[in-house]
Amino acid sequence: MYKRVAIVGVGSTGFRPTTPDVSYRELTHEAAVRAYMDANIEPKDIDGFVSTSEDFLEGYSISDEYCNDQLGAILKPISTVPGDFIQSLGQAVMMVRSGVCRIVAVQCMSKVSNVLTLSHVVGFAMDPNYNRPLAMHPDFIAGMEMNRYLFETGSSLEQCAAVVVKNKRNALLNPLAGHGASVTVEDVLNSEWVSYPLRRLDVAPPADGAVVMVVAAEDVARSLNEMPIWIRGIGWCSDTPTLESRDWGSAVYTRLAAERAYKMAGIRSPRSEIDFVEISDEYSYKELQHLEELKLCGPGEAGYLTESGATEIDGELPVNASGGCLGVGHLFDANGGQKVLEVVLQLRGEKGKAQIPDARVGLAQSWRGVPTTTGAVVILSNE
Amino acid sequence: MGFRRVAIVGAGITKFVRRAQETPKELAYEAVKMALDSCEMTIKDIDCVALGTAPDAFDGVHMKGEYLIDGAGGFRKPYMRHYVGGGTGVFSPIHGWYHVASGMFDTCLVVAEEKMSTCHPHPAGAFLTIFDHTTEQPIYPTLIWIFAMEMHRYMHTYGITKEEIALVSVKNKKNAMDHPSAQLGEEITVQDVLNSEVMAYPVNRLDISPTSDGAAAIILAAEHVANRITDKPVWIDGIGYSLDTAYWCTRDLCYPDYVEKAARMAYDMAGIREPSKEIHVAEPYDPFSYKELHHMEGLLLCKRGEAAKLTADGVTQRTGNLPICPSGGALGVGNPIAATGLMKIIEIFLQLRGEAGKRQVPGNPTCGLAQAWGDLMQVGTVVVMRR
Repeated sequence: MYKRVAIVGVGSTGFRPTTPDVSYRELTHEAAVRAYMDANIEPKDIDGFVSTSEDFLEGYSISDEYCNDQLGAILKPISTVPGDFIQSLGQAVMMVRSGVCRIVAVQCMSKVSNVLTLSHVVGFAMDPNYNRPLAMHPDFIAGMEMNRYLFETGSSLEQCAAVVVKNKRNALLNPLAGHGASVTVEDVLNSEWVSYPLRRLDVAPPADGAVVMVVAAEDVARSLNEMPIWIRGIGWCSDTPTLESRDWGSAVYTRLAAERAYKMAGIRSPRSEIDFVEISDEYSYKELQHLEELKLCGPGEAGYLTESGATEIDGELPVNASGGCLGVGHLFDANGGQKVLEVVLQLRGEKGKAQIPDARVGLAQSWRGVPTTTGAVVILSNE
Repeated sequence: MGFRRVAIVGAGITKFVRRAQETPKELAYEAVKMALDSCEMTIKDIDCVALGTAPDAFDGVHMKGEYLIDGAGGFRKPYMRHYVGGGTGVFSPIHGWYHVASGMFDTCLVVAEEKMSTCHPHPAGAFLTIFDHTTEQPIYPTLIWIFAMEMHRYMHTYGITKEEIALVSVKNKKNAMDHPSAQLGEEITVQDVLNSEVMAYPVNRLDISPTSDGAAAIILAAEHVANRITDKPVWIDGIGYSLDTAYWCTRDLCYPDYVEKAARMAYDMAGIREPSKEIHVAEPYDPFSYKELHHMEGLLLCKRGEAAKLTADGVTQRTGNLPICPSGGALGVGNPIAATGLMKIIEIFLQLRGEAGKRQVPGNPTCGLAQAWGDLMQVGTVVVMRR
């Protein structure tokens, strides 16, 4: 059994608010070609594939049928995870660890600009009997959760706004990001309401893009790449989908997923052992909430940490140096792909102006967005 | 290859019906409860959950996997959904197998659920959205059209008649009379099949499996755990899956290469050299009558074009040399897509344990196989199991 699994190639299209020049199949193809070139392999060298898709967002039923041609996966083992990219990465890790495959390619993609009625599509994820008849905009769930989070932790709206300011500014340094901007805390607090206490700038705007990664067993990884990025721990977890009975104040799924990943990676003290993180920030408060659930700070501390500048690129614990979902764009199930991509590039030291010095261990975390309670965590290192 | 050996230790399956009163969550719960009870386990003993369910459009719920979490026992557990269209049912134990074989989990609950009746008036409308938006959807194809083309090509290539193919429906619907979950078990004749309405020549109504609601669940365990749970574990010895191109109009439809590729992967893993001799009982996917024959050939259980003759000779009956679909298959038991595949896995599980009751095939079978197929006629999933 191969215990050690590494990422040996990454490729992406970059992330843009809209991509009228390419189809969703071309997005996948472009990312795949880059990933295979990065890993110095050809499709014939790959033993297995995992794709990531969710039917209603793609506009197809059985949407997985339209990515194997683009990945070069004809007549090969390929399956789809209708989940986040980090879950797909988990599937790839299991394929390698079981010894069935030595090299696996993992794909994720967002072509959300094709969706004309996004809130209606997301609304279809609500319980058809109890919640959907209320015909609420799905962002109301985030508003309610944010309100509860602020109440329980005593965090402030200004602290949430500071997350937006930081992430959109970080995105200006990221050539792949689609929503970088210079905004101030006042801009955020003066933008229109979405669902109290959530304002427009607190919500990550959608974007298109694809990410493909190549994962390999230890012996292959060392021969393919001078600096394989090791997957040291990975975990995923789901809480209840029921709005009426869920725990509104905390993100239990992230805590449980992180516990699994930390255990697998042998991490006991996350704050001192992890150098930087890329975490889910579809809404500004989510970054704070997830920082706390990942045990990177105590309950209610994340807001102060952000205001103090500790989570800046040159801070003590850089958070979302890529710009996160707020700065790069909300890529739905490809969010995890963008975050893992950023961690890999940082660990390889390829980030240029946004490079975090001495980055050795990084963490990527994702959440599947409203109304779900599914999260995944992966810990990567370059040694 | 160095993976851990994985066993099936428990199974549960709901009744397959046209319109279930239960919600999708309740269907999943029912199957999970039966599976847990069958091996005296509780949900606390389960380390992770692998969920299989086909298009979201059937249940009409976006992110259907998320919606099903609490019914499928995934609450606060590592829970992942997988998906390969119609092949999902037999891929689900493969996905669960990865969880356990990789050493990351000791026990895995595998759940497959489908509620197709929420599609009004018929899931055929949802199926339109599986086709390419530019080259195919504008001609409003239905699934039956493309299968009519495939069936026609198959008949033409090997000189097979409609009467020979109708025998599959007759056999499977009769077998289903002994299955407690069955929706369409009945005694019919070849003439009944030929006299039923023509849907799209050469497909008649009785050549097609029904649309159904239903759920199924199995429990997988690593070797050291399985032996504590049961005296009669059934081992998953080979897994295989393969996906062909989405441009299905560019291939010869007379033979399913993707099924052969998947089968060879599973046989290699299980060390099977002569499938037709070493496999004692098989459950190939039979959503259409000709598909059972098509798949028997793809699975290398007989030579190309020979499956119809084996069926006519009675070899594929329960009492024959190579029993095929002793459960009654999708044609007889019903076809809630993902749950059908898992139903087939459960049938082989019961046959190998000698617990299939009236459906039990004689001769103490020790090696069996289940297979499913789906997407745009492009995916094959195969699991080889041994006692």
